Amino acid sequence: MNENEVRSSKRAYLAGPYALWIAVFTILPLIVILKYALTGADGHFTLDNMTAIFSPIHVKAMWFSLKIAVGCTVFCILLSYPMVLAMKHLGLGRKSFSLFVIILPMWMNFILRILAWQMILSNNGILNLFLTKLGFEPVQIANTSAAIMIGVVYDYLPYMILPVYTAIMEINEDLIEAAKDLGAGSFTVFRKVIFPLSVPGLLSGTVMVFVPSMTSFVISDILGGGKLQLIGNVIEQEFTTGNNWNMGSGLSVALMVFVLISMAFTVKNEDQGRESVIW
Amino acid sequence: MSDVILQMENIDKSYDGKAILKDFNLEIGRNEFVTLLGPSGCGKSTILRIIGGFVNPDNGRVLFEGEDITHLPPEKRNVNTVFQKYSLFPHMNVAENIAFGLKLKKKSSAYIKDKIKYALKLVNLEGYEGRDTLSLSGGQQQRIAIARAIVNEPQVLLLDEPLGALDLKLRHEMQRELIKIKKEVGITFLYVTHDQEEALMMSDRIIVMNKGIIQQAGDSKSIYDEPQNAFVADFIGESNIIDGIMVKDLLVRIQGVDFACVDTGFGENNPVDVIIRPEDLEIVEADKGYLKGQVISVIFKGAYYEIKVKVDDYEWMIQSVNPAPVGDMVGLTIIPDNIQIMHKPVRADEEVAHDE
Repeated sequence: MNENEVRSSKRAYLAGPYALWIAVFTILPLIVILKYALTGADGHFTLDNMTAIFSPIHVKAMWFSLKIAVGCTVFCILLSYPMVLAMKHLGLGRKSFSLFVIILPMWMNFILRILAWQMILSNNGILNLFLTKLGFEPVQIANTSAAIMIGVVYDYLPYMILPVYTAIMEINEDLIEAAKDLGAGSFTVFRKVIFPLSVPGLLSGTVMVFVPSMTSFVISDILGGGKLQLIGNVIEQEFTTGNNWNMGSGLSVALMVFVLISMAFTVKNEDQGRESVIW
Repeated sequence: MSDVILQMENIDKSYDGKAILKDFNLEIGRNEFVTLLGPSGCGKSTILRIIGGFVNPDNGRVLFEGEDITHLPPEKRNVNTVFQKYSLFPHMNVAENIAFGLKLKKKSSAYIKDKIKYALKLVNLEGYEGRDTLSLSGGQQQRIAIARAIVNEPQVLLLDEPLGALDLKLRHEMQRELIKIKKEVGITFLYVTHDQEEALMMSDRIIVMNKGIIQQAGDSKSIYDEPQNAFVADFIGESNIIDGIMVKDLLVRIQGVDFACVDTGFGENNPVDVIIRPEDLEIVEADKGYLKGQVISVIFKGAYYEIKVKVDDYEWMIQSVNPAPVGDMVGLTIIPDNIQIMHKPVRADEEVAHDE
């Protein structure tokens, strides 16, 4: 063991409190969930709870969740890049202010934010009030997938902007000048230099947006009016109204496997010696 | 004049109220190797950036082949830059880096392949096409950067302290190679450096700058042998710069002793700066010199000894292949040809630069 290894093994103790925390509140519950998932109501081993994900109603909910998650990720990407590029050349003060504004919603409680959107989007809500005042027809957004989409994009956008921002700010201005020097116009500079070099940020943003929007259920509960079922809502109902913990756990594990597979695919794609995003 | 390829006319540029360039004028001839030489902050890099299109001058024009390109964006200019920090694209391999400009010009892939091969041969890195740029050494990265610029066949190649980050031996090697490359491709080089030795060795013409103003322009020999002011004399090589009085034409008084010299036109009994290169002073027996002083230090510098001799309150620096014993009284002689007379500085930029 060289000196560094000794030192880092000593430092490992510092991770103790967190390790304990994660063991008790993440790993242990996961084991419990796994146990429920693999047993039936009678306590015998079964895979039925997990394969139930392939039943038509669950496939429908999964498909809807996937559409919301992909849509949310795409919208977040489309909103993030122009914003970050606009921030790129601001002075330090304005840059910090912009970041502050982006992070600001995260200072408010998550449920409150979603309830606020409910107030805005509901049929007699603030949006329709404005529209009628201005002489337009009121719109029916509440309890539609559009409302859910607005909710998830609003909620998860900062998680896309921040890593993309970090990645783009790290690009040396010299590289951009070199590209221009070699004949690249602004769009080509973006396409051939800025975007490829921002991919690590894009990937970690994608993970941080795709996973929670795929598995969310509170947003769809409140903004979807309970009629539109994401897979998260289905699982929630198995635990609460259905009181079928085995089925709920089975679906959770199946969903987790699906998310892990899709993320592994995303990360593997670009994992060429550079820092990978989650593992 | 038809063989002028690039002109800068009356360029002014200031940053945050601080003037970097003041009424700057420059003409560069086709196929010339011109070096802008000066201490950091003298405005030399700003000149390159203005020509490259990365900086807009506050006033003045840049003409390329007689055409005004002052406000043309960098990507539309027929010049390419080799940056100090190489600036290779980290997400592309060597061949992709070199092909970057050619692909934008929609050249055929056969043409691009040929060009890459030719350029790699030119910079002595044959067979490096598939290498990852991050795996290359600094010298190799800079060669790739040169290749990447040259394949575009720019009419002027701008080099911004391209060897600044390399160690001494590699720098010397690259200097010789750059001269070779320049001869082979036959394009105009505008080179920026603060290394006077590099400038003297490579350039057809050196432009010495300080505080945004050209101090002297000329070939290496004239810059070294006939510096026009104290700044140039001090910046190019080592110098003894001492106060003198021009008694009359061809006669200058230094430390109370009259010396024959070859300069005329400085009036009579006028104070002047006298410049004598350390290698031009000769140490002789105490009574046989024009000046007499005591040896106060001797430092071995490899090819020569650096000897300091104190005469009255001035310490003369002498470079000699023979050492002299410290403490001895010696005489100093100099031939008239090697005494360089200059006017006293009239502006701050003509004075010897001091570390701030």
